[in-house]
Amino acid sequence: MDKLLFGDNQFFGVNHMSEEKARAQSMRFQNVDAIMGVLDAAYDEGVRTFMCTTHDRIAEVAERVRANPQRYPDFVFYPCMPYAHKYANAVTEEGMIGAVKKFLPDEGLLNAVVRGGMSLANKDVEGVATLLIDAEMKMFKGLKTPVIFLQNVVVDLLLGLGVNDAFRIFADHVRKRYDAEPGFITMNMPRLLDVLDSVGIENPIVCSNINKIGFRVSGGQQSYIDALANRKFRAIAMSVFASGALPADEAIKWVCEQPNIESIVFGASSRGNIRNTKELVDKYWSSEEQALSAG
Amino acid sequence: MVRIAVVGLGKMGISHLSVVRAHPDVELVAVCDTAGFLLDGLKKYTGLQTYTDFSKMLAEVALDGVVLATPSASHVDMVRACLEKGVAVFCEKPFTLSPQESEELATLAKAKGLQNQVGYHYRFVGTFQEAKRLLDSGAIGTVSHVLAEAYGPVVLKPKGTTWRTQRKAGGGCLYDYAAHPINLLNWYFGDPEAVGGTRLNKIFSADTDDEVYSTLYFPGDLTAQLSVNWSDESHRKMTTRMTFWGTKGRIFADRQEIQVYLREPSDAVPEYKAGWTVKYITELTDNVWFYLRGEEYSAQIDHFVRSVAAKSECSNSFESAASTDRVIGMLLADDATGPRSSAVAAAAPKEAKRRFFFGRN
Repeated sequence: MDKLLFGDNQFFGVNHMSEEKARAQSMRFQNVDAIMGVLDAAYDEGVRTFMCTTHDRIAEVAERVRANPQRYPDFVFYPCMPYAHKYANAVTEEGMIGAVKKFLPDEGLLNAVVRGGMSLANKDVEGVATLLIDAEMKMFKGLKTPVIFLQNVVVDLLLGLGVNDAFRIFADHVRKRYDAEPGFITMNMPRLLDVLDSVGIENPIVCSNINKIGFRVSGGQQSYIDALANRKFRAIAMSVFASGALPADEAIKWVCEQPNIESIVFGASSRGNIRNTKELVDKYWSSEEQALSAG
Repeated sequence: MVRIAVVGLGKMGISHLSVVRAHPDVELVAVCDTAGFLLDGLKKYTGLQTYTDFSKMLAEVALDGVVLATPSASHVDMVRACLEKGVAVFCEKPFTLSPQESEELATLAKAKGLQNQVGYHYRFVGTFQEAKRLLDSGAIGTVSHVLAEAYGPVVLKPKGTTWRTQRKAGGGCLYDYAAHPINLLNWYFGDPEAVGGTRLNKIFSADTDDEVYSTLYFPGDLTAQLSVNWSDESHRKMTTRMTFWGTKGRIFADRQEIQVYLREPSDAVPEYKAGWTVKYITELTDNVWFYLRGEEYSAQIDHFVRSVAAKSECSNSFESAASTDRVIGMLLADDATGPRSSAVAAAAPKEAKRRFFFGRN
């Protein structure tokens, strides 16, 4: 994985500090050209992995990248699924089963109907889950998706419920069908590591909040620091700026001092901020240091 | 360990179940829902004890508390059954569809000495708690007006066939969305003396309201305007905002931040200076043991579990939720009456609306 991954919250009006700012961003990025403009800037600054939700608008981004292989030879997607609001709204409108039916893939329809029909009849969660994964992945056909993530809303829901086998099902399907590494986004990192261990997912890619002020680290900052020091997993840090509560330099410096972090995912809306973040990471996190800490 | 059962596995119930099961002091002993397919899945993958019959569960399982997230119309009977059995109750909002029954249940819970709480989670959001602290401190002086708003994308086209689309079953913007800002108003200012100018309007729904507007009159010349619309997709998800105007300043709060303007510094809250002070949720929220969707959902369950364990009183009690149900009742009655002191209303009484409401309540 690259040291820096580019996130997509800023494109969809997700801002954990200010609704005004979130709205300004959703106005600015309602046009895909505006999103592509920022992605181009990131790409040209050397930030070439886009960690993105499976939002409908991302399908348009994927289409542009697919159509311009010369412009984007090294563009990599890390899909994060599902885009939860899509399902939540569908459940409100159509009920649970209706929502599942709505999102079954068109591709291999017969296969889907057979698998889906049997799944619902047999209460076989595995069948439904793999169908939904395939539906979410359709938009990335022909593109590089070496890591595929399960979003935190789903990871943490399953984690709380104790449906631990679901993580195994996701990991197996993503490896087998997409030749990709499974990744897990969570707001409860230490607890998730225990569960992933218990279902035999070794050295997992886990993305969680890691920031100097311990914002939204469930179980507390010390449990996160202990996990980084003592657990075997491939950590990605998100919310490193704690939604803007920390100055960039201080935030990146602290994260780069923590052991065993492989990547940082960040969002930015301007080339200046992208460059600034990249320079800070290069400054505090030289390749050798990273190799040492990862080893 | 506190022995808990979760009843009702809809959107809220399944989220409560996840949070409850992850709580270190809880033994989750049973789950109950009428939909067998969900239960079978849960049983298969988690080994939980499951029931489709609530009475059977209550009879067979030893419980300290129940987390109830069934459709609102079922709350009264289920809450009463729990209380009669000596079981504490955390009930989803709105508490009941009848202010009188809400009060009866509040009295019963008190008489039995059982913990009782309703899921008004905004009272556990750091920014709204900070607003409460500031209001109680008198930092903005005497409050004369409040704007209480909630907007979000729930019903965006004319369809839908779940209980949430029927007012009779406790569905609609008033019960689902407006109940939250009303409950916050109750928390900050108690019960209003009157309401006026209420408008419960349909935009897409056939059997319930999609937008709610009203003026609430509180003691002491304080008015609050309620502006709520759940057919507003310009908001990515539910947005709740409170704005307070006082003689010494103004407060704006939403889930992310609190913006405070003080005309003069206040000794009661020295960290707030004259002029603007902005605080963000990042500094107003403590970490929870387990996070799903927001700290407030975990914090309210934690509060209930701790209260049951310590046999102490819950905040967000049935009694406080009954206040909200009373206001909801006042709004329904006021809307049914229609405009009162206008010439237009005198010339053309709102017969159609009257039929609608009396026909369904």
